[in-house]
Amino acid sequence: MKRIFLSFCFLFFFSINSYAKEVVKIGLITPLTGDIKTFGESTKNSFFIALEEYAKKGKYEIKPIIADDKNDPTEGTNAVLKLITQDKVSAIIGPLTSKVAIPVSEIVNTNKIPMITGTATNPKVTISDGKRKKYVFRACFIDPFQGQVAANFAIKDLKAKTAAVLYDVGNDYSKGLAEFFKNTFQKNKGTIVAYESYQKDDVDFSALITKIAIKKPDVIFIPDYYNKVALIAKQIREKGLKSTLLGGDGWDSPELLKIAGDAIVGSYYTNHYSPDRKDPVADAFIKKYKQKHGNVPDALGALAYDATWILLNALDRASRPTTEEILKEIEKTKNHKGVTGTISFDKNGDAIKSTVIIKIEKSGPKYVTTVNP
Amino acid sequence: MRFFIELRKLIFISLFIYLVIKLFFISGIPTDYIIQITLYSFIIVLASLGLNIIYGYTGQFSLGHAAFYGIGAYCTAYLSKILGVETFYSLVPVVFLSGIFTAFIAYLIGGPILRLKDDFLAIATLGFGILVRVFLDNSDRITETLGGSRGFVGINKITNLELSFFITVFFILITKNLIDSRYGLFWRAIKNDELAVSSIGVNTFNAKLIAFIYGCFLAGIAGGLYAHLYTFLHPSNFDILKSIDFLIIVIIGGMGSISGTIVAGLFWVFFIEGLRIVLPSEILEYRWVLIPIILILIMMLRPYGLMVKKEGY
Amino acid sequence: METILYIIQQLINGIQLGAVYALISLGYTMVYGVLRMINFAHGDIFMLGAFIAYYGITKFNLPFPVLIIISSLITAIIAILIERIAYKPLRNAPKISLLITAVGVSLFLEYTLSLNAFFSPNYIGFPRPFEIKNYELGLISINNIHLIIFSVTIISLIILYLLIYKTKYGIAMRAASHDLEITRLMGIKTDSVISFTFGIGGALAGIGGLLYAMAYPQINVFMGIMPGIKSFIAAVLGGIGIIHGAVLGGFIIGISEVFVSAFLSSTFRDGVIFIILFIFLLFRPNGIFGKSIEKV
Repeated sequence: MKRIFLSFCFLFFFSINSYAKEVVKIGLITPLTGDIKTFGESTKNSFFIALEEYAKKGKYEIKPIIADDKNDPTEGTNAVLKLITQDKVSAIIGPLTSKVAIPVSEIVNTNKIPMITGTATNPKVTISDGKRKKYVFRACFIDPFQGQVAANFAIKDLKAKTAAVLYDVGNDYSKGLAEFFKNTFQKNKGTIVAYESYQKDDVDFSALITKIAIKKPDVIFIPDYYNKVALIAKQIREKGLKSTLLGGDGWDSPELLKIAGDAIVGSYYTNHYSPDRKDPVADAFIKKYKQKHGNVPDALGALAYDATWILLNALDRASRPTTEEILKEIEKTKNHKGVTGTISFDKNGDAIKSTVIIKIEKSGPKYVTTVNP
Repeated sequence: MRFFIELRKLIFISLFIYLVIKLFFISGIPTDYIIQITLYSFIIVLASLGLNIIYGYTGQFSLGHAAFYGIGAYCTAYLSKILGVETFYSLVPVVFLSGIFTAFIAYLIGGPILRLKDDFLAIATLGFGILVRVFLDNSDRITETLGGSRGFVGINKITNLELSFFITVFFILITKNLIDSRYGLFWRAIKNDELAVSSIGVNTFNAKLIAFIYGCFLAGIAGGLYAHLYTFLHPSNFDILKSIDFLIIVIIGGMGSISGTIVAGLFWVFFIEGLRIVLPSEILEYRWVLIPIILILIMMLRPYGLMVKKEGY
Repeated sequence: METILYIIQQLINGIQLGAVYALISLGYTMVYGVLRMINFAHGDIFMLGAFIAYYGITKFNLPFPVLIIISSLITAIIAILIERIAYKPLRNAPKISLLITAVGVSLFLEYTLSLNAFFSPNYIGFPRPFEIKNYELGLISINNIHLIIFSVTIISLIILYLLIYKTKYGIAMRAASHDLEITRLMGIKTDSVISFTFGIGGALAGIGGLLYAMAYPQINVFMGIMPGIKSFIAAVLGGIGIIHGAVLGGFIIGISEVFVSAFLSSTFRDGVIFIILFIFLLFRPNGIFGKSIEKV
């Protein structure tokens, strides 16, 4: 009797163990504080929504470890070092912005941990000195494409002949996007009348705006994040300058309209997705996000969701949850149906995707058109 | 003669400490992260030692120490990138070379500045610090590698226990010798009463300049080691806040006390970086609320530092 | 012709910035004059002025004139409190200790307020309490913010001059900046004079914060660091301890900064200020109107 009981207990514990899923640690590096915290929050929220969905049917138990990079490259490198050496994560989602992602990607690549960033768009994230960093991927398009789309839109749709560019010299995203815009704009016979840089902490743009104003540009391209853009836009309108304002995916935050108000109405920006477009995968995610957090997710949140799911799918497909196996499966990602479109990685680990153009009306951002690669 | 015997004792002690640490690292108990901050603490001790010579011993209030740390870091990283330095044998001469370059800059700056008194010296060094930061921010106009405000990426990770520990110990010993020499005497005397010292015929300006150059030399070397430990440099790492870090270490350790600086430096790094592991990030922010309070209290209660020993006074 | 108008336009931008720097630098110069100390925390008083104004507008919808009065009163009180708590106990300590304490106070203010429980370290958009109106005079445009900053600065300066040259406290302050000990021996309560000095300096910095936030509508807990350092340099430039020196210095720094942005690049703006400083320290450390400072 005792023996049957004991073997029953043994079998019971054995089966309990086999129900317990193996734990896989995934790190998230995101700017929860700092100048783009709405992006950081939406990324975190979307990351957790993806993890929740995965928990219902995924193969492993995911232990998420969140690190705040404050949108600062030094904080980001400290955070990733801790995630890799202390927490021993198997993969990393993020960072959000190119200026943090570029140094972080170097470290991640040296330490052989796969990383998928949802939103860092500068080419240098996946390529360094012409060499591909094989552990680094991104779920979004890259700035050469985005800058090109913006410039073409300015020339063809806005009929602009002259443009001024204002960019943040300490930000790879801003600087890169500005260059790509300039190249395409000039190739299409447009003239760049001013190409001015400023520093992250500058608040006084009066000198720069006066410098631009005398050239009377048709369009002013400001490839920076929403906080800075709001500040610059206000000062531009205060000086009486009427040029159309144009920007990139860094504009995509409800705070932009809130802070800038009338100054930003009538402007356009390029983005990864628009909640206005009808698409079943996107709608399902948007509905879930809205239910949980009360507002529609921005592009960065949507991209974080896609990046996370790409990773989780790769994890499940992998024969073992090791970094090498996960890497192999990520590379093989083809036609992943994401919120922001259908995603496949090219040989550089970049996603080949379309861009949308958004116009800011008084009531909020409105979808204008899609541009395919 | 007595110096050598004393030095021998210190050399044996340091070798012993090295072996202990090395065994500890190899055993696998500490994580990579702890190893990293241990090495970083040696580097910080070295740089703070430099400031201690400039300020603790000679009484010159410098708010720009981090600028020299940064010059050493960028110089070493740039040279090692263009020369293709990969092993620590090739790194050592590069680090020393950048240290000398940093010392040279200190010489150029020190000349005009060091004649100023207290407050004005503080502002001048602060100004130099900001000038260096602006220069580094615009460094990508000179060459793309330096990265400008986007930071200098892709430095080889070469700094290891041997490099950081032995270089730091080496300079601690040299500094100790300097302190016990004629120069050390001049420096301490100048801090107390410069007018009196110059009236007995000592060229106080030269003595101050030498202290300044030597201190900045140490900062430059420390910077070079730092660059090859963290593999990423950003101009904002070398601003006034970092200079204040060094200042706090010198003050807490006791101005004019070498052992005080060592203890304070080690404690400081482990307190700041080590807490990152232990505490959740919300509480981490309170570090910088407590530190200034402690600083103010020290100023009010023990204006000469927490750990003054016979060495200093 | 067009270039001259362009220069004038940039000059207007520079004067706007310079006015704010002048207001802040007055605090530095007055405190140095009386106590011979650099109040490192002064830049943070400027920051507090901006934040107090922010809450005045968003939570209480105060009209602009009330804002000025409230901001300056509260910042004056805070400045006096800081002096009483942190600096007074060290009045006889070595100067370096005072400097370090001031640094400590500055760091404490910045980091405590950057906690999420208070203002958080984020950038906050500053709402204007009124609409912007642009005035075009030919090819030059001035807006009402320019005008307001000019007028508030001039009014503040007039009040300051009246206070210093026409009131008892003002005379006491000027006496104290000549020689603190003798002034006390004459029977004047130097503690009150010192508080008065800090209070006025604080009020001016607070107004400066409000004006700056209106012109460049984004505030942040660390916004006082660079303007504080630059304003101090302005005070040194004009001759530390000398009131009109500080005002002139402020305008010089503001205009140079804008001109460097306009004609070179915005990324050099901080650097140029310090080059100017070095030149002055080497050749004319007394400043433009300066009396002699000790050199060793």
